[in-house]
Amino acid sequence: MIAVGCAMLEFDDIQHILLTRAPALTGRYEFLSFRSAAGGQAWLSAISDKVQSAAAMRASVGSDKRWVSVAFTWSGLRALGVDEASLATFPEEFKQGMVARANMLGDTGENHPDNWIGGLVGPDLHAIAILFARDGAERKRCQSEHDSFVAQCNGVDILSSLDLEATPPFDYAHDHFGYRDRLSQPVIEGSGDVPTPGSGAPLQPGEFILGYPDESGMPYPLPQPEILSRNGSYMAYRRMQEHVGKFREFLRQHGQTHEEQELVAAKLMGRWRSGAPLVLAPVKDDPTLGADMQRNNDFNYKQMDPYGYAVPLGAHMRRMNPRDTAHNMNRRRMIRRGATYGPHLQEGAPEDGVERGIAAFVICASLIRQYEFAQNVWVNDRNFHELGNERDPIIGNHDGTLEFKIPKRPVRKKITGLPAFTTVRCGAYFFLPGIKALRYLGTRGNASQP
Amino acid sequence: MSDATKQQDWTKPAAMAIPEGGYFKDKMEQGRYGPIFPRTPACYGFSIIAKIIPGREPVFYEYARNIEEAVAGQPDILAVLKLHYLRWNLFKINGETYFQYMGIFDTDFDKYTEDAVAIFAASGLSTVFENLEGFPKDWKTNAQAFIKFVRDHQRPSFLEYGEYPFVSADEIKKALKLKAAFSNMLDQMQ
Repeated sequence: MIAVGCAMLEFDDIQHILLTRAPALTGRYEFLSFRSAAGGQAWLSAISDKVQSAAAMRASVGSDKRWVSVAFTWSGLRALGVDEASLATFPEEFKQGMVARANMLGDTGENHPDNWIGGLVGPDLHAIAILFARDGAERKRCQSEHDSFVAQCNGVDILSSLDLEATPPFDYAHDHFGYRDRLSQPVIEGSGDVPTPGSGAPLQPGEFILGYPDESGMPYPLPQPEILSRNGSYMAYRRMQEHVGKFREFLRQHGQTHEEQELVAAKLMGRWRSGAPLVLAPVKDDPTLGADMQRNNDFNYKQMDPYGYAVPLGAHMRRMNPRDTAHNMNRRRMIRRGATYGPHLQEGAPEDGVERGIAAFVICASLIRQYEFAQNVWVNDRNFHELGNERDPIIGNHDGTLEFKIPKRPVRKKITGLPAFTTVRCGAYFFLPGIKALRYLGTRGNASQP
Repeated sequence: MSDATKQQDWTKPAAMAIPEGGYFKDKMEQGRYGPIFPRTPACYGFSIIAKIIPGREPVFYEYARNIEEAVAGQPDILAVLKLHYLRWNLFKINGETYFQYMGIFDTDFDKYTEDAVAIFAASGLSTVFENLEGFPKDWKTNAQAFIKFVRDHQRPSFLEYGEYPFVSADEIKKALKLKAAFSNMLDQMQ
């Protein structure tokens, strides 16, 4: 890491989602299209007042009941009246959008954009409004308010929406498969957050927020004008269906006892579902360790598990953060936000065919260097760590022909014909502007616009 | 035996004819920075040929000594590139000096472009490229410009051969370690 001195973060201009996590149990994403720049600007100028900065959220998180973020696609910026010269200064991968990058991202077969839902694949997807709410009643109130407001805006359409629901038990974050989540997040220098043991030093803000020095020692190039891009970031949105019935059936097929099934689940992830890392608890689950943020991320691979006897080389966690077994890790980190959606499937209940999963955002300063690298190299490279015929067992693209190898003495266990436990249902690239940029976009009154 | 297994059979030497342009159009795979040159029995690789800035030849010989020292001092300095071999050549055409940089490695270059740029920036490997005509001056902060230069000067193979096809450097190193371990075991049995 190059020492560059810490630039002061402009907390009052950075959207809260970049730096903080809302204490929400529900939420809703609204995907919007602007038929006219005036309509889009009217919508934005009104909703900007409800978007909390990181500073505002920190000041009132105890009393607030809802948190709003807003972001735009490249065509959405154009729809709002941003001129072509400015649009040209955005990075190529953002301009192209997630759909155009599908093959490289591994979105083929069932995951191909041809199969996506929600009306998000066309250039008429312009914006997302992200609502996190403390409870269902508050979400309902916000939804109703937003619906009425959109109805008054001439030229604004809601393409689709997605309701978010935490899955029980509610005392800790986890996905529908039951894996404890939010255990390993990068910390931004100057944010005031302290990394948990094993999480590495805080990273330069420019890795996540535009306008600050990054780990190279220099700021990543800013799209122009600066008021539009400073304190902004990029977000890759992914809605991934989790096939819970299929996942549980897989565990039953590969484990005779409950303990064996839990071990198979742990090997796929790299952690027990309690969150306890296999490197520190290789044989038996340790829920106390899993819940202890001072201990549950404090491990490495190169010294502690070089051959993957604890965490298989192809396990989800080892792919998404290879720690000391990859180079330049500080240039590949990402901030994850989002939530689960769909109803909980009771343990023991048969698959009910209802869609449930994770609707998540990956936030980073460079989609091509951070998000796309992770997706292309870590998730879907079949030969990651010389594995030959594997992809990420949880979120990789699977068609039943790949395998998963579990190192074990004297001989490894090889599971062939790994099924797809997740399916990408839709996705998009968004730009998450700073608060001043939202006002700039919403009140430009660009005379050249129709 | 599946097609994939047949392709990976290291006991059978194999050659691959590659269409003009370097890609199989029906099997073109996209990388983050553009299409990926195919993996062949001789693994992935590149052959970059570019004209040097006139009079800069001595810099290349100095660079060679620097690289020798850098690798001796830190043997894993190039590990991220997943290399088998690198070769550097200087040659003349019509009195002008050209530089050729050939590499054979186990992962397509696009995958680790930014890592490669970071290594070059940190290790002094940069100097030689900066003596090539047309090399972007802002390469340290502009991975896209770096990869564009590499792609523009890449001369793809039309034929590649492998005596032990598709075997990665890591697999070879594992085999040699295994041989050494067996040898050690036999010593211990005496």
